[in-house]
Amino acid sequence: MTKNVTITVNGVERRASVEPRLLLVHFLRENAGLTGTHVGCETSLCGACTVLLDGRAVKSCTVLAVQADGRNITTVEGLASGDQLHAIQEGFWEEHGLQCGFCTPGMIMCSHDLLEHHPNPSDSEIREGINGNLCRCTGYQHIVAAVKNAAQKMSRPTAARAGAR
Amino acid sequence: MATPAKSPTPQKKTNGKAGNGTWVGKRMKRKEDPRMIRGISHYTDDLKLAGMVHCAFTRSPHAHAEIKAIRTDAAKALPGVIAVYTSADTTGLGPVPCAIQMPDLKVPRHPVLAEGRVRYVGEPVAVVVAEDLYIARDAAELVEVDYEPLPAVTDLEKALGKDSPLVHEQLKSNQAFTHQLKNGDVEAGFKKADRIVKQRMMNQRLAPIAMEPRAVVAEYLPGENRLTVWSSTQIPHLLKTQISLLVGLPETAVRVIAPEVGGGFGSKLNVYGEEGVVPWLAMKTGRPVKWNEGRRENFMATIHGRDALNDVELALKKDGTILGMRARVLADMGAYHQLLTPLIPQLTALMHAGCYKIPAIQIDIIGVFTNKMSTDAYRGAGRPEATFNVERIMELGAREMGMDPAEFRRKNFPLPKEFPYTTVTGLTYDSAKYQESLAKALKLSGYDSLRRRQKEGWKRGKYYGVGVSTYVEICAIGPSAATPAGGWESGTVRIEPTGKVTVLTGASPHGQGEETTFAQLVADQLGIDPQDVNVVHGDTLAVPYGIGTFGSRATAVGGTAIYMATQKLKSKLATLAAHLLGSKPADISIGRGQLTAKSGKRIPFGEVVLAAYTARNIPVGFEPGLEATHFFEPSNFTFPFGCHVCSVEVDIETGEIKIEKYVAVDDCGNVINPLLVAGQIQGGIAQGLGQALWEEVVYNDDGQLVTGTLMDYAIPKAHLLPEFTLDHTVTPSPVNPMGVKGVGEAGTIASTPCIVNAVCDALSPFGVRHIEMPLKPERVWNAIRTAKAIPAIAASAEAPRKREAVRRRA
Ligand code: FES
Ligand code: FES
Repeated sequence: MTKNVTITVNGVERRASVEPRLLLVHFLRENAGLTGTHVGCETSLCGACTVLLDGRAVKSCTVLAVQADGRNITTVEGLASGDQLHAIQEGFWEEHGLQCGFCTPGMIMCSHDLLEHHPNPSDSEIREGINGNLCRCTGYQHIVAAVKNAAQKMSRPTAARAGAR
Repeated sequence: MATPAKSPTPQKKTNGKAGNGTWVGKRMKRKEDPRMIRGISHYTDDLKLAGMVHCAFTRSPHAHAEIKAIRTDAAKALPGVIAVYTSADTTGLGPVPCAIQMPDLKVPRHPVLAEGRVRYVGEPVAVVVAEDLYIARDAAELVEVDYEPLPAVTDLEKALGKDSPLVHEQLKSNQAFTHQLKNGDVEAGFKKADRIVKQRMMNQRLAPIAMEPRAVVAEYLPGENRLTVWSSTQIPHLLKTQISLLVGLPETAVRVIAPEVGGGFGSKLNVYGEEGVVPWLAMKTGRPVKWNEGRRENFMATIHGRDALNDVELALKKDGTILGMRARVLADMGAYHQLLTPLIPQLTALMHAGCYKIPAIQIDIIGVFTNKMSTDAYRGAGRPEATFNVERIMELGAREMGMDPAEFRRKNFPLPKEFPYTTVTGLTYDSAKYQESLAKALKLSGYDSLRRRQKEGWKRGKYYGVGVSTYVEICAIGPSAATPAGGWESGTVRIEPTGKVTVLTGASPHGQGEETTFAQLVADQLGIDPQDVNVVHGDTLAVPYGIGTFGSRATAVGGTAIYMATQKLKSKLATLAAHLLGSKPADISIGRGQLTAKSGKRIPFGEVVLAAYTARNIPVGFEPGLEATHFFEPSNFTFPFGCHVCSVEVDIETGEIKIEKYVAVDDCGNVINPLLVAGQIQGGIAQGLGQALWEEVVYNDDGQLVTGTLMDYAIPKAHLLPEFTLDHTVTPSPVNPMGVKGVGEAGTIASTPCIVNAVCDALSPFGVRHIEMPLKPERVWNAIRTAKAIPAIAASAEAPRKREAVRRRA
């Protein structure tokens, strides 16, 4: 038994016939071929699979593809516009917010949600905000710096960040 | 920059610039990041090959059982299933290798799929190949296995008892090996001692938890007789050799690629049964096969770390001088040996002198089989265990002598002029200034005021503690004579005709950032931009044979190989430039994109390079092309060191620990990229604190894995950690020309005892000497409640009163 779904991923509408049990993360990785969203646990505990579902961060291993039918997904691949990185991506790069990079897409998407709601977060707000996302490499300190760096960039008037976003 | 201590080796520091060049020493953003932050890099699980199928393993739910029968019909009948195999089919495959040789080491056969018996929960019993992942996993559950459960043993001491169940019956005991390291007159030291301090300490079992679980993809092309295996590994070359032995193909037919690897921490410094089975399946089915471990399997079937029971004794003279040290270590091997399992506790023995002058030492180790997953290298691998033992017993020694723990340590340090320093365990520490890092860390932490506040706190019923840990670790592993599979590393540098540079390294970075640091190093040597240097690693067909990334060796050994290869090219470039400029090679200098003769004549770098390839105008006997390879054999290990200080407050009513301040002063020799060094240290500290405070792999008495998910096994989260304050000292190593030491494990090694010392210090008024890790609130609370003595230090009436209050509430 399969079900037809239409899911818009990074602005591109994708139709597929899927098993009802197919996880959104597998839909993104297998059907849409977007492997930037990683699988670290499949149990909603690590956050590596975090994507935006209609603008809010969700763990895509805990959402079924059929639940995303008719909705909008943004994955890490959808953040940059052409050569221009998103401010959060720049922040992670400048502050060395990643080592092995496996948690990074999820961290970036989670930070996106965080900054949407707290444009100017304190260190402890950042630490609380990303505490559903695990990183085994960095000890988080550079991730906190990366998110702050991004917050500063994003709070500058758009004109100041020529061509950003 | 400090001058290196006198080299114990013929290797002299040849270029003072290695520590502070145009690029070396700079905080440079990583070259590998753009692909990762865009989500377009490729980890093993991201690969998709035409016709690829998936496999899944059926694993034992029992810690110890006889396999009576396996029925695969139901699994085979599921639509989409291609094949199901058990050990009856894999007779020629394996066994899983162990690289360690020791006189009395027992190495029981370790099959890739269980043969007649299972010995730990998660041992693979059957494997299913199917069209997709979901079907493969469904079918793995349909494999029916009749087990007859047998008694299991998980406790180290019980396993050595007479009536213990035997993990391997044919061995007649659960003892895997014994190992003794003894030097100096230990008995005399303990006889002379004014005080003897003893402590039993359990270094609990840990799970490495790289965020990327293991994954393997294999493809076999029979026409070309070419097996390609992509694996999330730290050691592609060693794995290639082992896979050829496992599956029985000539090594020339096997290519291993470590694509992007999502963390390892030692857990991928191994050769796993699955890394034999998946290639074998590809050969058997004629289809590319993918296996992706998943977190549950990762907890059950990827190696664990630590798990050693330690009884440590320190003999002291009245004035605090160390007279001797003894330790007995029971080290849990798990059910089988993996690649390096029995080696890890030997590293504990080697590093058991810490950074102290110890005249006599005796370490006795017994390796023990239990019905658990194998232990093996986990970040630090043997050194965290040693450092924990040493730093805890030093802490207790200071307390026993009524000395300040920092002062007590300083008293027993060797002096800088004593380096290279030969330890009682037989190592030669290359260079160090322990006094300097200690002083710096004390100052940075405001140690004296922390101590004052601690005393004042007692009056107010506040329990602050200060923990100090001065560590030394063994890195740059290492001289081949002291390593199981060769300790050298390869580096190839090729200047392409366009002047761009390709670097091939046998190291296999998986988060450490060597695509950047090696580019910095080569750029400085050749006077070019790091963006023009491309570092290639992890592909056995592209890169000369190498050893891999572990033991904080990539920069000190792998980086040096590249440095040496670059020197060969520099001399070639100088010869050619001299020819073109009508000068002498010795008069040519390289830098800023050009080669300059003493006469002032110069020629662009690119022109010399092109001339080497067009080869129309070259000196007689000049070998065309610009490629050089060096296999660097280190003459010694390197020994980074440092001092960490942390302050905590313990809530005696709840047992909760608040980390108030964490200061780390590390010395890893010369630094190539301070940004990356900071990242390594911060990540390391986090992992060490994880062990101290939260992490523990728990098996119950029946051998069931209780901590099988990230819900039950608590790795540090962002909000649980404080901000770390970092600083460093720089003592270059004389062992390699760049003066670098290594930094991958320092944080983990230092931080665990540091915070345990702080917590026990905070609770010293209650007479708490030691609390077993992880220091969960419940354990801390219980330790306060059951502490026996109330020493004079708690002279304030407050402490005992509080303690009574806690007791009453219990
Ligand atoms: S894979 Fe979704 S939270 Fe871990
Ligand atoms: S960078 Fe490796 S897990 Fe976060």
